Amino acid sequence: MYNKDIEYTTVSEVAGPLIIVEGVKDVAYNEVVKIKTSTGEIRTGQVLETFTDKAVVQVFEGTRGLDTHKTSVRFIGETMKLGVSKDILGRVFDGTSNPIDDAPQIIPEERRDINGNPINPYSREYPREFIQTGISTIDGLNTLVRGQKLPIFSGSGLPHNELAAQIARQAKVLGKEEKFAVVFCAMGITSEEANLFIRDFENTGALDRTVMFLNLADDPTIERIILPRMALTCAEYLAFDLNMHVLVILTDLTNYAEALREIAAAREEVPGRRGYPGYMYTDLATIYERAGRIKGKKGSITQIPMLTMPDDDITHPIPDLTGYITEGQIVLERGLHKKDIYPPIAVLPCLSRLMDRGIGEGRTRADHAGVSNQLYASYSEGCDLRDLVAIVGEDALSDRDKSYLKFADEFEKRFVSQDSHEDRSIEQTLTIGWELFSILPQSELKKIDEKFIKQYLPKKT
Amino acid sequence: MTEKAQQGKIIRISGPVIEADKMRGAKMYDVVRVGDKNLIGEIIRLNADIATIQVYEDTSGLKPGEKVISTGMPLSVELGPGLLTNIYDGIQRPLPAIYKQTGDFISRGVEAAALDRKKKWHFRPVSKIGDTVTGCDVIGEVQETSIINHKIIVPPDISGKIKRINSEGDYTVEDTIAVVTTDKGDAKLQMMQKWPVRKPRPVAKKYDPSLPLITGQRVLDTFFPVAKGGTAAIPGGFGTGKTVALHQVAKWSDAKVVVYVGCGERGNEMTDVLREFPELEDPLTGEPLMNRTVLIANTSNMPVAARDASVYTGITIAEYYRDMGYDVALMADSTSRLAEAMREISGRLEEMPGEEGYPAYLASRLAEFYERAGRVKVLGSKDKEGSVSVIGAVSPPGGDFSEPVAQNTLRIVKVFWALDADLADKRHFPSVNWLKSYSLHLAEISDWWKNQIGKDWLKLRNKAMALLQKESELQEIIKLVGPDALPPKERAILEAARMIREDFLQQSAFHEVDTYCSEKKQYEMLRIMLKFFDKILQSVEKNVHIDDIISLKSREDIARMKTVSNKEFEERFKEIEKGFEKELDALIKGGK
Repeated sequence: MYNKDIEYTTVSEVAGPLIIVEGVKDVAYNEVVKIKTSTGEIRTGQVLETFTDKAVVQVFEGTRGLDTHKTSVRFIGETMKLGVSKDILGRVFDGTSNPIDDAPQIIPEERRDINGNPINPYSREYPREFIQTGISTIDGLNTLVRGQKLPIFSGSGLPHNELAAQIARQAKVLGKEEKFAVVFCAMGITSEEANLFIRDFENTGALDRTVMFLNLADDPTIERIILPRMALTCAEYLAFDLNMHVLVILTDLTNYAEALREIAAAREEVPGRRGYPGYMYTDLATIYERAGRIKGKKGSITQIPMLTMPDDDITHPIPDLTGYITEGQIVLERGLHKKDIYPPIAVLPCLSRLMDRGIGEGRTRADHAGVSNQLYASYSEGCDLRDLVAIVGEDALSDRDKSYLKFADEFEKRFVSQDSHEDRSIEQTLTIGWELFSILPQSELKKIDEKFIKQYLPKKT
Repeated sequence: MTEKAQQGKIIRISGPVIEADKMRGAKMYDVVRVGDKNLIGEIIRLNADIATIQVYEDTSGLKPGEKVISTGMPLSVELGPGLLTNIYDGIQRPLPAIYKQTGDFISRGVEAAALDRKKKWHFRPVSKIGDTVTGCDVIGEVQETSIINHKIIVPPDISGKIKRINSEGDYTVEDTIAVVTTDKGDAKLQMMQKWPVRKPRPVAKKYDPSLPLITGQRVLDTFFPVAKGGTAAIPGGFGTGKTVALHQVAKWSDAKVVVYVGCGERGNEMTDVLREFPELEDPLTGEPLMNRTVLIANTSNMPVAARDASVYTGITIAEYYRDMGYDVALMADSTSRLAEAMREISGRLEEMPGEEGYPAYLASRLAEFYERAGRVKVLGSKDKEGSVSVIGAVSPPGGDFSEPVAQNTLRIVKVFWALDADLADKRHFPSVNWLKSYSLHLAEISDWWKNQIGKDWLKLRNKAMALLQKESELQEIIKLVGPDALPPKERAILEAARMIREDFLQQSAFHEVDTYCSEKKQYEMLRIMLKFFDKILQSVEKNVHIDDIISLKSREDIARMKTVSNKEFEERFKEIEKGFEKELDALIKGGK
């Protein structure tokens, strides 16, 4: 009953990224569509809504040049798929999964639906393998583990790309020499930003372990909707079929959400907050939840999505909904960046939800949890006092309070700040923490077990 | 069920919502099978011949023209032995069974019975032939897990004389175990019964709550207690610790049965429960916590239409255990996702939106759900009491509690645990804001505390609250004049409030001892701290400098009280109490 050779020339409406095709028959929801323009150019689209005789189609490459007269449309009878094979490593693809690295098409072993299926929570393995990134604020305070999704919330002009590149460069699991395969998915970033990553992968020799999906700033926006799904389908194949540990870098989710909003607006949907569609939470979840580990499988998917918070506002729907789905967040702050602190990680609003089970004896070090809690508590107390000093002056403070002020300054200078090529071991990170504690009166160290204080606190001279 | 099944055809597909024609005769909220893949859906609107259906599974690849068959039954759950320790999806399909059929990823159209049809349970009758029984009377028992004795109860809508009942032995959930002669003829009873999820199970009477649901969490039990049968909302922005707080209550509360609904949240959180609960010991029975737990998982990447089903499935299971006479606690994480699912479906139905795009019926739906909580007299001829306590997380966008879901929830629930991002940033956990939170159960349950734990419980609690309140006022002054400018008495108040905040309110979910704090220990900690405060007041009046008090050894001892084990605390606390009295007396004598 299905004839995929039928070409319909019955486009009745072109609006924004959408076209409406009339008089069609048996069109499936989410089906892929090939659209031929009057000049013979072929574009790809996807069915958004289907009726007995009509279909609404979103066109990934944009609708410029389409008409309601000669444009012909063919429904190809399957949902969007990505061909995967072992040869996919080291390759670069565009937004419709065509290679753009001058090498031939890969010969797929299998073609997979890019929407994937949700991992059965019963099959999941709880992630708890410590990944050492060599960055103190992450390793010490917001530990990343294999299979986690930990986004970077950044702002325009902040060095999130450098940070992500550093993580990709330095990430390793202690005691094991396995390297991460990297899946890099660029949505609407500039070619300059993309080059930074490519150069870095080249320099570290990571390029042949990397798969890139690129949709740059001047590429069609609507492709950004499918790009992360292709990247994650590829990552799932590498992780759960080829048993690799995969680090997925998605940048920039803000551009993704904009594309989502564009389609919602074109469909005249009831908008949610700030014009983003009401289902953006669910939609983002279908991306972020594709991280994790599976029982009995060797591989894993660790996600580092990046997004720029519009106007540095963490309550904006994009970071807000992301934070509700991901397992923590790393937040960059303009103030620290202005103080010339790299990485400008604002420690207080950062969080790693999987940290507690990924650290401690046998994983990092027994005193890790205590050190982390104490650093947090003391730094936040120091920050509070800074506000106070601004009003009443430092003289009004007690010695105890003054030591907290000093602690906060030193913390930023020595713990947060490090070189973009400095790869600190977890021991080094914890040692810096203990050195900082010696600034405070010992009786203030209430978050750490007494036995660790005896063991690690540097003796005062 | 006797009616002919309606069969129609799909005419429109838009995400999780489809329309089918030729559906005249199908009923609202009937379950339907959609398309060649047999996806499960529910009718949510009827217009002449056309039925609008929300589909509980991904609709990709579905085509207009495919068939839609009504089952003539509303969405129902299976109730019987085998619920505990299991994990279900939103429409009560067991995830382990789905795993066996389709592997690590959930695919579509899977059929799996909620209760294992083959497993035999050891049934022991407790009534005999000739007994008159009504709905919810117990006719037999099954030891479902090491903790829970599963009462086999008569379905609520059946009453009559027992005509036949099986002797003790092993039966499956589908075997007839008894026959009851009713007005309408003989009814065969199985260990399994079905109940439509959107219909509350009837009760004889609702009581006012009077017993606290002890959670082992100091800030909750002592400051903002929830009663057994009560309702609590726990709103907070991301990272404020909603899920950890709910997990803590699921782990340590003294409910007999816990139903945990993960509604639109992270997959790993369910995995965490699955991994951790079998290893944790119930503080009351010493048995694995999993043995009293039912999990419902509709994670954020699972189909959105099943969000709302997941919560109703959960509460129906909770009501079923209540009907056996148990205290049940249900956690829903998060009700905001349920509301968002309603909004999405409502949008696809092109309904006129209410506030922030949510449907106008949001408030009434939430109220209906929370109203299914309560401490009740169970149906049946015996005087049995049971309760369902409901604790719902709310995830307000941007952490702003003025949004519709939080506001509509607050209008219904009696206990409000406001989580605070500032506290969470400082790693003050649980980040329950003591100035914003409230409990309307306080008066009802204070009698229990007075009788069981300590006569002056309410007085101590209120005194501590007053200190915290006073502290926030003083903080305002400090912002203007600095802490040095305060008189010694005020500085003593600040010190005491700080002690309560840091050493009482803060509690680590990840510390092996601190994670659970018994009622008695909570009371003693608070009593000692307030006594210490009185003693400081005395000292500063005698011109002891506050800084000397802060650096006392016993001040540190008090800070470490929370990590003294629940077994040894009484003795150790006495030492601490004596210790600070001695030290302070010495200071006073030293006369500075």
